[in-house]
Amino acid sequence: MIQLRPIYVICMREFIKFFREKSRLLGTLARPVLWLFVVGNGMGSLIRPRAGFSYIQFIFPGMIGMTILFSSIFSSISIVWDREFGFMKEMLVAPISRLSIVIGKTLSGTLISVAQAVIILVFIPFLGIHLTIRQFFEVVAVSMLVSFCITSLGILIAARLTSFDGFNIIMNFLVMPMLFLSGAMYPVTSMPPALRHLTLINPLTYGIDALKHILLRNGTPPLGPEFPLLLDLFIVAVISVVMLTFAALSFRRKE
Amino acid sequence: MSIITVNNLTKKFKSLTAVDGISFAVNEGEVFGFLGPNGAGKTTTINILCTLLSPSSGRAEIAGFDCAKDPDQVRTSIGLIFQDTTLDVGLTAYENLKFHAYLYNLDRRLAEKRIDEMLAVVELQTRKHDLVKNFSGGMKRRLEIARGLLHYPRVLFLDEPTIGLDPQTRNTIWDFINTLRSKEKITVFMTTHYMEEAENCGRIAIIDHGRIIALDTPAKLKQMVHGDVIHVITTDNQRALAEIQKTFSLAAREENGGLVLETEKGDEFIPKLLHSLTMQTLSVSLKKPTLNDVFLKLTGRTIRDDVVADSKEVTREFVRSHRRAQR
Ligand SMILES: Nc1ncnc2c1ncn2[C@@H]1O[C@H](COP(=O)(O)OP(=O)(O)O)[C@@H](O)[C@H]1O
Ligand SMILES: [Mg+2]
Repeated sequence: MIQLRPIYVICMREFIKFFREKSRLLGTLARPVLWLFVVGNGMGSLIRPRAGFSYIQFIFPGMIGMTILFSSIFSSISIVWDREFGFMKEMLVAPISRLSIVIGKTLSGTLISVAQAVIILVFIPFLGIHLTIRQFFEVVAVSMLVSFCITSLGILIAARLTSFDGFNIIMNFLVMPMLFLSGAMYPVTSMPPALRHLTLINPLTYGIDALKHILLRNGTPPLGPEFPLLLDLFIVAVISVVMLTFAALSFRRKE
Repeated sequence: MSIITVNNLTKKFKSLTAVDGISFAVNEGEVFGFLGPNGAGKTTTINILCTLLSPSSGRAEIAGFDCAKDPDQVRTSIGLIFQDTTLDVGLTAYENLKFHAYLYNLDRRLAEKRIDEMLAVVELQTRKHDLVKNFSGGMKRRLEIARGLLHYPRVLFLDEPTIGLDPQTRNTIWDFINTLRSKEKITVFMTTHYMEEAENCGRIAIIDHGRIIALDTPAKLKQMVHGDVIHVITTDNQRALAEIQKTFSLAAREENGGLVLETEKGDEFIPKLLHSLTMQTLSVSLKKPTLNDVFLKLTGRTIRDDVVADSKEVTREFVRSHRRAQR
């Protein structure tokens, strides 16, 4: 049912293509720079530092979450490209299970997202955040879990998307709202109730909150973690498993 | 011994019956062709045989395995070259082949050996580490053939293998396939709507509206139409006409300053004719019936919508490459 060699080679293909496409790497760095230093500084002048944190420090965990969000969705949407350009057929007629394809895509999407999240950490010295080795590994571990969750969601979507035209709809009506309603830019507790409810069903909210636990350790709400760490991790893990199960199932049915 | 057996196979897409109760068998080592116009159901049949589609009813078996019930066994026995390219143009030739080798669970050493071997077969050794993006249409096709053969399949499926390629490349591809067949024991199942291409097949099934309307060797199919046409010019056409009537009891008719007569096995008839005529012969030509004539006779239509089909193909390729560029 699960074949290791095919999973390995499906991952290798994604890695090769990721490192070959310089624009994707560049985008990874450019987007957070824009947010952190342009929006972060602009907003930062309006919002006074609280609990020892500047606004720009406050949004840094959110930037990691944003990087993971875009990267994971992009990786899994590659399934739609593969289908559109026929490469998917090469995989579908091979003597491998559909589950192996889903695992290969999920694994590669997750690892690429984590790699990008780690790349973002190069900004840390410019933000005045101090990071211990231990915190670094905690960030990597949480990023891994969040990447896995979002990639699974992306694959679930990709399995149902029949053409590339749906991609813009997904970007505008799912990815962007997920970013803005995640506590990345503003504390969840400060949102109006209607928006807060939406935020509470967004898995990214809990992922970013877990990152705040690590990076804004001494922060107090609203500029700091807002939910218990264990609850964050539990919710993200549960949503991941549910997403991946549905993704694997719908992939099977679809093809 | 037959390696592909298809029994009363039907595929319906909602109200449309794309494949309508076809039955045939392909022998091991044979080159078997499906000839028919666009929309005849060729690709649909291949998709069922290669386990991408399940049939609405009927059975298809490859190497003794049921395509619907035993897909994994079928998949290891077949190699495929699809109508539309399925290469990853963002990877190199080597990477595309390696991907394939690992999907088919060849170990690393064997994979490297086969990759070099197959690249040599299709004469792409020097382009091994080039991105497929930079390949011409013919090179991509050859690479796909190399890939389809990498796991030593028993049956190679080629769906319109030379569509959108220029006639010269088309011939090169066929030279490759024929040399390959002389080296490896492989069965080839191909579809085409090019008459000339169908001539490469040992046997041809002519398919139209999802039904097989004729199935035989190209030579036998052409015999269905009428004999060969011989055009002969002599120094005295009137006397020649009388002589032909007398010697062969054949009614020739005058046309274009010469005589036209229809006969079977024209190539064997010409020497006899020249031998028997008492006057000098100025020129002789022979026209054999084509598969297009066969199709015309069977359906009342010609198969030749090539021009439209090809331009459609080109447009599609353009849209794709354009979108790819945007990516
Ligand atoms: N997935 C599909 N859904 C609906 N109709 C289809 C599908 N695939 C093929 N068809 C229809 O089935 C018929 C046969 O198509 P196809 O097998 O591709 O023909 P060919 O390969 O001989 O050109 C066509 O009328 C085509 O429009
Ligand atoms: Mg077709």
